[in-house]
Amino acid sequence: MHALSSYLILSALLFSLGLYTVITRKNAVAILMGIELILNAANVNFIAFSKFVTHHVEGHLMAVFIIMLAAAEAAVALAIILNLYNDHGNINVDEANALKR
Amino acid sequence: MGEVIFWVIWALVAVSAMVVAFSKNLVYSVFSLLATFIGVAGIYIFLNADFLAVTQIVIYVGGILVLLVFGIMLTNRIVVAKITQSSLQRTTGLVVVGAIFLVLVLTLLNQTWPLATSAAEFDSTVNNIGELLFGDYLILFEVASVLLLGALIGAATLARKEL
Amino acid sequence: MHEHYGVVLAFGILGFILMYVAFILQKLIGPKNSSELKLDTYECGEPTEGSSWVQFNIRFYVIALIFIVFDVEVVFLFPWAVVFKDMGFVTFIEVFVFLAILVVGLAYVWAKGDLEWVKMKLKYGTGRYAATRLHESESP
Repeated sequence: MHALSSYLILSALLFSLGLYTVITRKNAVAILMGIELILNAANVNFIAFSKFVTHHVEGHLMAVFIIMLAAAEAAVALAIILNLYNDHGNINVDEANALKR
Repeated sequence: MGEVIFWVIWALVAVSAMVVAFSKNLVYSVFSLLATFIGVAGIYIFLNADFLAVTQIVIYVGGILVLLVFGIMLTNRIVVAKITQSSLQRTTGLVVVGAIFLVLVLTLLNQTWPLATSAAEFDSTVNNIGELLFGDYLILFEVASVLLLGALIGAATLARKEL
Repeated sequence: MHEHYGVVLAFGILGFILMYVAFILQKLIGPKNSSELKLDTYECGEPTEGSSWVQFNIRFYVIALIFIVFDVEVVFLFPWAVVFKDMGFVTFIEVFVFLAILVVGLAYVWAKGDLEWVKMKLKYGTGRYAATRLHESESP
């Protein structure tokens, strides 16, 4: 079978691309997409280690909770983004620099 | 055959994640995110995580991605199917992230992991996950419902304000 | 274990290929006499008005929100269905508490009126067509 490192390199790549998306994008929805990439990278790591190192399903359980958390986070973040759009007319995060209108 | 399929899925995840990060068109980004999620579900299958693969498809592809598409459709005045997006500090970001990626890869290649000795594979993980979820991790399971309740009420309140 | 999922992959690839086969077939054997009328959205019936690329109504979002919360709930119920026979009645109570907490959220959204598509707040005669209706009733 494939070595552990092939999964870990994929996870590192996903994490780096997600981080790049988060720090360079202006659009708030695109930043949210970067966060989802980072969470996926964490999940791949959890499951790869649970197969190759601990050999127990507890890593899978952590990944289920991470996915659940990602759903809740996406829901609340998009509601905030909709409010931002309502106030500013766009969702560029570099222009959202006021605490109140 | 399995080896070839694994590397094809590996390349699919890597390339589609790059499209998510580098594409100028937001709609291309969100649809290649779909390919990334499905590819990661395939990777889970290779890691003997059948329940996780289904969870990934149901929640990420069926739920979160739909929410993201809604977010795009609700926040753009669309005239054509091309929604451009701009980026800040591309070069700096690329240098920093590239350095982080290099450090990560070098670290994990020079590491000897304490690999498990038993090679027995799980038949199906759903049973084990269920036993843990309703046994040792019961509190976490119940707290998860409170978190979901909070997310639902909070997001509905935030979204309603602008009606 | 991944050997069992070759069937799933085969089905996925087959579905993808069949979609393109349908596209290519209709390109090859379909008649090509396009005219202005053929390009209409509805060839017979109402002529369309404006573009269909419009901004979505914000109320779709709350529906999607409720959907995603109960989507997550369904995923948590799958392992319960598998272990219910072995672990017995106590898991039923555990899941019941889980569901009861989530139903509070549904009740909240329902009570606040987010589920109602048409907001029944307008008084009679203040709507969009009130003026015309008034006009019609006066004219005869």
